[in-house]
Amino acid sequence: MAGLSDLRAGFDPATVKEDFTLLRNPHHDHPLVYLDSAASSQRPDSVLAAMDDYYCRSHANVHRGVYRLAEEATSLYEGARQKIGDFIGAPDPGREIIFTKNVTEALNLVAQSWGRANLRPGDAIVLTEIEHHANLVPWLMLASEIGFEIRYLRLGEDGELDLSRLEETVEGAKLVGVTMCSNVLGTLVPVSQIAQAAHAAGAVVVADGAQYVPHLPTDVSSLGADLMAFTGHKMLGPTGIGVLWGKAEILDAMPPFLGGGEMIKDVRLDGFIPNDLPWKFEAGTPPIAEAIGLGAAVDYLSGLGMAAIREHEITLLSYAMKKLEADHGDALVIHGPSRPERRGGVLSMQLDGVHAHDLSQVLDSRGVCVRAGHHCAKPLMRCLGLAATARASFYIYNDESDIDALSDALGEARSFFA
Amino acid sequence: MPGLEDLYREIILDHYRNPRNAKELESPPALRAEGYNPLCGDEVVITLLVDEGRIQDIGIGGQGCSISRSSASLMTVSVKGKTLEEASAAIRSFKAMMSIHESSLAPAASQTETPTAAELAKMGELAALQGVVKFPVRIKCAVLAWNTLSECMAKATDAQP
Ligand SMILES: Cc1ncc(COP(=O)(O)O)c(C=O)c1O
Repeated sequence: MAGLSDLRAGFDPATVKEDFTLLRNPHHDHPLVYLDSAASSQRPDSVLAAMDDYYCRSHANVHRGVYRLAEEATSLYEGARQKIGDFIGAPDPGREIIFTKNVTEALNLVAQSWGRANLRPGDAIVLTEIEHHANLVPWLMLASEIGFEIRYLRLGEDGELDLSRLEETVEGAKLVGVTMCSNVLGTLVPVSQIAQAAHAAGAVVVADGAQYVPHLPTDVSSLGADLMAFTGHKMLGPTGIGVLWGKAEILDAMPPFLGGGEMIKDVRLDGFIPNDLPWKFEAGTPPIAEAIGLGAAVDYLSGLGMAAIREHEITLLSYAMKKLEADHGDALVIHGPSRPERRGGVLSMQLDGVHAHDLSQVLDSRGVCVRAGHHCAKPLMRCLGLAATARASFYIYNDESDIDALSDALGEARSFFA
Repeated sequence: MPGLEDLYREIILDHYRNPRNAKELESPPALRAEGYNPLCGDEVVITLLVDEGRIQDIGIGGQGCSISRSSASLMTVSVKGKTLEEASAAIRSFKAMMSIHESSLAPAASQTETPTAAELAKMGELAALQGVVKFPVRIKCAVLAWNTLSECMAKATDAQP
């Protein structure tokens, strides 16, 4: 279905869908209405082809052989690093892009390496109440060991962080960790404002870009954060690959995280010399095919244009919020910022009298996939007074017809449980 | 694909909308146990009044989806007035209906494991929950209250001299 959005956005979601075998195939006799990209996106055939091609033609271990096959593998892997770095505006991808297993591992790397080297009993760090567990639990684990204080920026009005006491909260803190976009509320967090205050207080800033980098143009040179992590499978890439970007001087000063091959320059029986960036943080054989796949994903996203993707999502969000309000009124609560411009492509919903689990079950019977649960953000859910929400999330292959299917299915759920 | 009617029988919806024994008994004297389903945040609070080895009264609190709430409500009706041994047997046969057998916790796919018509007839209204088996992710919802009741009853046996 070609809607208004397609003309404005500069790409047609229906054409995009054609590039995804999984989305072309019917699922249990229904056309698939995939509205769970915030949990994991689907991937276009070009990403699968890039990985296949690598395995069929160029696979060998990287950085190890002098034969040509190994050189090809190494250059594909390092080429992906360069491409992904360019995608987020990293000044020096060859040193600043570290491949990990996912964003969770990247954030654990920061906690275990930077945190252990810099945090002492009595120190303080600042996180937000809306963090995903991935940027919360690693710090809670470390705090219980070292004994530093964790302060929180709280949720304020209309799904936004309350920044009225930002300066005093970050005062004296050594690190500030923020999500760039809430995976529950969709809230776009003013990272540069927070980073400015954090830097004035002498803190290092780590940003969780898992829900942001896939959806909005990202430029780390103007973002304000010192470290930023994101995950491949939410941005058309394969599972098993995540990225930590960091300013070279900060990464340089951090001790290694995991030990083993690749991450050393020299090893003796009584010690070792760590490798240069970025390999210092890439112990063992890395996820080579996955890095190459993520490189192809970034090519695909760049082909559409991140500005056009953002435009498309705002259009879709506006349509969804209007349509759902018109069809369901007060029976449906949508959490998070009321203005589409203030949020990512995420809608957490609560349907009066219908538990999120039951809702997603009824939606599934119509081929509509949404996520039900606490979305790995229990402190936020507790603050909202909710045990579970049903979350619909959008990406490049979604259009108005998906929203219509969602709204119809919500109607069915209401009559079922009424 | 199994239809929604397999899952959401009228009895289930009725117990969801009008839960029986939705209360919290004073504890003590009542025994108390809480259960959580970390996946979806469902929680159940069971309070149990046991006298001379018999369940005199039972209360259910907490919150959750229609399957976990209705299963809890149906459970209270089924075990109230029963001896602890009878209640244990009811828990076992409910879990068997959910294809969970004491020997293995993985849901068994095999048809031969599902209860016979005669066994289902004995379970009365509880048999309405049989459709849950076709929706494997929901089995956890259905058994939450039953597992919590087991824990609560264990306290009764522990308390015995
Ligand atoms: C904001 C945010 N951070 C972190 C994660 C964790 O991602 P992953 O499981 O790929 O490490 C997610 C997604 O689940 C997320 O939405």
